Amino acid sequence: MFGVNLFISAFTFGGGYIVVPMVRRYFVQKKRCFTEEELMSMAAIAQSSPGAIAINLSALAGYQVAGLGGVLVSCVAAILPPLLILGAVSAFYRVFIANAVVAAVLKGMEAGVAALMVDLIVDMCAMIVKEKSAFLTAMIPVAFLANFVFQIGAVYILLACCLLCIARAVWKRRGVQ
Amino acid sequence: MSAILRLFWTFLKIGLFSIGGGYAIIPLIREQVVANSGWISSKMFTDIITISQMTPGPLAVNTSTFVGLQVGGIAGAVAATVGCVLCGIVICLLLHRFFQRHQSSIYVFEVLNGLKSASLGLIVSAAATIVLTALWGAQPVPISDAFSLLNGTALAIFSVALLVLRRWKPNPMLVMLASGVAGLLLYS
Repeated sequence: MFGVNLFISAFTFGGGYIVVPMVRRYFVQKKRCFTEEELMSMAAIAQSSPGAIAINLSALAGYQVAGLGGVLVSCVAAILPPLLILGAVSAFYRVFIANAVVAAVLKGMEAGVAALMVDLIVDMCAMIVKEKSAFLTAMIPVAFLANFVFQIGAVYILLACCLLCIARAVWKRRGVQ
Repeated sequence: MSAILRLFWTFLKIGLFSIGGGYAIIPLIREQVVANSGWISSKMFTDIITISQMTPGPLAVNTSTFVGLQVGGIAGAVAATVGCVLCGIVICLLLHRFFQRHQSSIYVFEVLNGLKSASLGLIVSAAATIVLTALWGAQPVPISDAFSLLNGTALAIFSVALLVLRRWKPNPMLVMLASGVAGLLLYS
């Protein structure tokens, strides 16, 4: 698990979200440590907690597989690559920024990351749509628009979502009684 | 020692308040490490953001490592980085256990399902920024010039990668490596 997390973390170019497809590949599809459904809950929790989603998700994956020891192992593994790479880079960062070869590779990877994100989103949206709940399906574009177009902070969106869901649960219960 | 403790404390705060992650927390980090403490210059902070985009790892973690190194050497880097991720990990685990224990509660069930959808919406938002940056660059582009300013090479790598992903479900790391090699061949 240390190796896997080390590997995953070394490839999280362009923001932490890329860990979601990576974790999915190793823990869900290859090792079958948990299901796709569980991964979605974990991603939601990792995002609703403070801090980087990449680190939080690694911690949760570690916990799910091997308890608290797993958390420690996967967190160290998740932090190590950025620590080492940045340590090396910060020593001669001006040279690094100006390097054309580095820039070309990174520009290529940027497009690869974009494709990976779209691939992940298609699959995750399909899972939510499959539940056939208009409320949950509508939540995706609403949260997207609120954040992307109206620039509302993630905290407020997640909070509003919680309140809405609690209100819905109350309303549903009343309906039953 | 006190410099190390201050690093730890400052990044603990940054970690605690950086909900949602990504670039929304840049102003918060800047305020703490440039304005309040004077640990690094404004120019250096901009450089860190550039480096963060070029190297793996989340922005907050990269910044903490970099600032920690500058201020307190290796011990500083470790203190700042651990401080930065600690709150997130603890809260995240507590939430996870809470949701697992109370799975049968209708409130918990509804909230967790809602959070799944909302956080997917936020992921879509982050992805939209990534796609736009990959195809058009980091600067905003006017709609009228959208076609002429589109980066054809990036679009080609993006489309091929997406096609391969949908068709064969390869290892994401292979896709990253292949697109890096493609970038090296096509851009230089």
